Amino acid sequence: MVKDQEFLEKKASYCLGLAKKLGATESSVIVNNSVSETVNFRNKKLDESNRSDDLGISITTYIGKKKSSISSSNLLDDNLNILIEKCVETTKNTPEDEFNSLPDKDLLAKEVKDLNLYDDTHIENDQKIDYLKKLEFAASSDKKIVNTESSFTQNKSNFILANTEGFCAGYKTSSFTASSVTVAKDEKSMERDYDYSSKCFFKDLDDAGELGKQAADQTIRKLSPKKIGSEKIAIIFDKRIAKGILSTFANAISSSAISRGTSFLKDKVNQKIFSDSINVLDKPDILKGLGSRNFDREGVKTDTLILVEQGILKNYLIDTYNGKKLNLKSNGRYGGTSNLYFENGNLSFKDLLNSKSKSLYITETIGHGNNIVTGDYSVGATGFLVENGEFKYPINEITIAGNFKDMFQHITLANDLEFKYATNSPTMMIEGMVVAGK
Amino acid sequence: MNNFFEKSDISRSEAENIVSDTLSKCDDGELYLENTKSETLLLDDNKIKNSSYNSDLGFGFRAISDEIVAYSHSNEISKNSLRQSSENLKSTLKSVKGTYNHEIPKSNKKYYDNINPIEQKSLNEKIKILNEVNNYLRSKDNNIKQVTANFLGEQKSVEIIRSGGESLTDVRPLIRFNVSVMLEKNGRKESGVYGVGGRQSYDFYLKDENWKSVCDEALRIASVNLESKPAPAGEMKVVLGPGWPAILIHEAVGHGLEGDFNRKKTSAFHNLMGQKVASEGVTIVDDGTIDNRRGSLTIDDEGTPTEKTVLIENGILKNFMQDRLNARLMKTRSTGSGRRENYRHIVLPRMRNTMMLSGNQTQDEMIKAVDKGIFAVSFGGGQVDITSGKFVFNCTEAYEIVNGKIGSPIKGATLIGDGPSSLKEVSMVGNDMMMDPGIGTCGKAGQGVPVGVAQPSILINKMTVGGTKL
Repeated sequence: MVKDQEFLEKKASYCLGLAKKLGATESSVIVNNSVSETVNFRNKKLDESNRSDDLGISITTYIGKKKSSISSSNLLDDNLNILIEKCVETTKNTPEDEFNSLPDKDLLAKEVKDLNLYDDTHIENDQKIDYLKKLEFAASSDKKIVNTESSFTQNKSNFILANTEGFCAGYKTSSFTASSVTVAKDEKSMERDYDYSSKCFFKDLDDAGELGKQAADQTIRKLSPKKIGSEKIAIIFDKRIAKGILSTFANAISSSAISRGTSFLKDKVNQKIFSDSINVLDKPDILKGLGSRNFDREGVKTDTLILVEQGILKNYLIDTYNGKKLNLKSNGRYGGTSNLYFENGNLSFKDLLNSKSKSLYITETIGHGNNIVTGDYSVGATGFLVENGEFKYPINEITIAGNFKDMFQHITLANDLEFKYATNSPTMMIEGMVVAGK
Repeated sequence: MNNFFEKSDISRSEAENIVSDTLSKCDDGELYLENTKSETLLLDDNKIKNSSYNSDLGFGFRAISDEIVAYSHSNEISKNSLRQSSENLKSTLKSVKGTYNHEIPKSNKKYYDNINPIEQKSLNEKIKILNEVNNYLRSKDNNIKQVTANFLGEQKSVEIIRSGGESLTDVRPLIRFNVSVMLEKNGRKESGVYGVGGRQSYDFYLKDENWKSVCDEALRIASVNLESKPAPAGEMKVVLGPGWPAILIHEAVGHGLEGDFNRKKTSAFHNLMGQKVASEGVTIVDDGTIDNRRGSLTIDDEGTPTEKTVLIENGILKNFMQDRLNARLMKTRSTGSGRRENYRHIVLPRMRNTMMLSGNQTQDEMIKAVDKGIFAVSFGGGQVDITSGKFVFNCTEAYEIVNGKIGSPIKGATLIGDGPSSLKEVSMVGNDMMMDPGIGTCGKAGQGVPVGVAQPSILINKMTVGGTKL
């Protein structure tokens, strides 16, 4: 069982009290516990079971404008005594930084709304095994599938965040995650693909059979890929890749990248950075949302934030430290976004495919080719050639490249947004990018 | 050495009994105990931004029967917690039986000293160097707009308790020092990153103010990039410099030669043992036994002493990298490649220091042999799809080659190739093998472990360069 609020609160207040006694003028502490149980199957047989019980504590102490932090997985008082003493000692020896401080008291969350993030259901390993059997049966029904691996994880977490301004709050969350990875083979090639479902509530999880079948279908259609020539061509990003482009955007508007001057979007607030119709929102209060929360990791209340409206950048993602540096108030985005998404576009998925006589539909990218300093983008890619709205044949061993500054101005979105992850995008088309192949 | 039972309500012999009892009907398994102390010191934007210290303690209990792995981990080294883990393992493996495999090779060799690098240099000394780095760089070039420098130090103590009370221990130091700079000139921004590290004290790497050479290198890369023009797009010849560009080897063949993917037949290499997978003259080894290197280990995370494993010899595929589980199922022996990020994770076969050995040619000969292509010197990272064999790596410093001569610098681009065929396209192997500077972390199944790479300069006849210039 995951530890209760009372246990976590007791540890938190012990730490705050001790830090004060040892000379800290302010301090904050997060105590968390996370219990996960995973069962893995491979080729319709049990492959692995894994239970993890993780405790963690992290403490930040301030002496005036000096700051230092420690973290540990060992919550015994003996150990905490040594660590907090070390933390306060290090704080004394760390140079001052005028922007170091706890959040402004009036920005802290006053109430904790129930966002429906915790499902008390306990799924026994035998139930996990039943789910995975169904999944693997569906995933391996086609004889082109030569290997299946699937996984079911139940996670229950609890945390308390407390600071010397009197803030003390936390709540339980849960997640149930199933995934299927399949390998297909024909005479010419071997390919791998996957599908995945993650929900706060067990009853909302995708049907096991559907999940397995989806993974298998996506893998089989990748067989016998071709390599195409190098050209400028419209790129359509599958939703699971399009969300990555949205995440890169979020990194580029984080207050740390902005205050350090290391983002291609610095000084772009109130300027048009996306094509006309694009809206980007970060909405923390979606019930059962995978990224939902009441406050950020500093305790600052997190409200819905319009980041982009009709293509115009409206807000950065601001935490306390970088906010003070930029002379802006924290908007509760320490640690990033909550439920971040592009609003739907006007075209159906089909109309988007049909909008060009020839395009590339990308289902997977590999490599770390995002540079938020320059905006340059270059990654390896796998996908399909689309002609007149039809998937013609699979493609691999190509790269796609461009610069986000241009790419953002040439985005067209479909109207098929769904909330599968914490960051979500409808299917996305970007014109003007370069494919390198043969 | 760490005494994991000192502050616990369970004695060593009680723990040993639980281990022996739990594993008695299993094929393999162990109790893995770990205590890691680590620190981060970060200078950024002219200030010490972060001084933090982490202490992480926990155990992972593993039982294996045939192909099935049961694992349970916790932070609390207590009677209750260990018993609960034991029950979890037993319930997973209730219907299977095995014979415990006792055999584990022994060695007295050690590849690093039992030190705690964090305690070997005071906080004030480290802060002083970071400030000197900042001042040195900012006084060197007026175009510098940002400097980030950090120290990462760690000491990891592990103990492996096997059935019957057999105990194996290791204490692993690890440090890293990184510098990153951003330049701005005429409205254009570019960055450069460089770092050094290994299983040693900070002083070993930073004596005689040689942190300056790390700064100089980061600044040099950023300056080159400031003058870079768009990279070409399409297939062409590629010359790779020595050292860190060996990420190519790591991605193109390294992952595909890990035992688990080959036992499961999901690697593009699984049916190529004994066959030609690289050009003649290409020899690749994975070596855990080089003193003080980032990827070196005295014993792996199952207790097996590490070794130098020949993967490809003169173009022929010779060995996969194995942990105990995959070795047993493939009827071979562990190569000491069983690794885990920490006690939260199961063991997987992983790389250590992956190296292509020197040949006879010079870098000059390679450049001269290229009419149109690129010369890539520095890389950011890479990734591979082991099933299709396609891999990428991202260059952060590269130049065009025109008619046998090095031309202008080009913008960072991703290079993509096919693992099983790309090493057959290696047409020249240089005589200048070099180790990387000691900064690599390899990710697999959500676990990051420190690794090293090395190679001489090489000429690859055909690779796709992911630029924007058609």
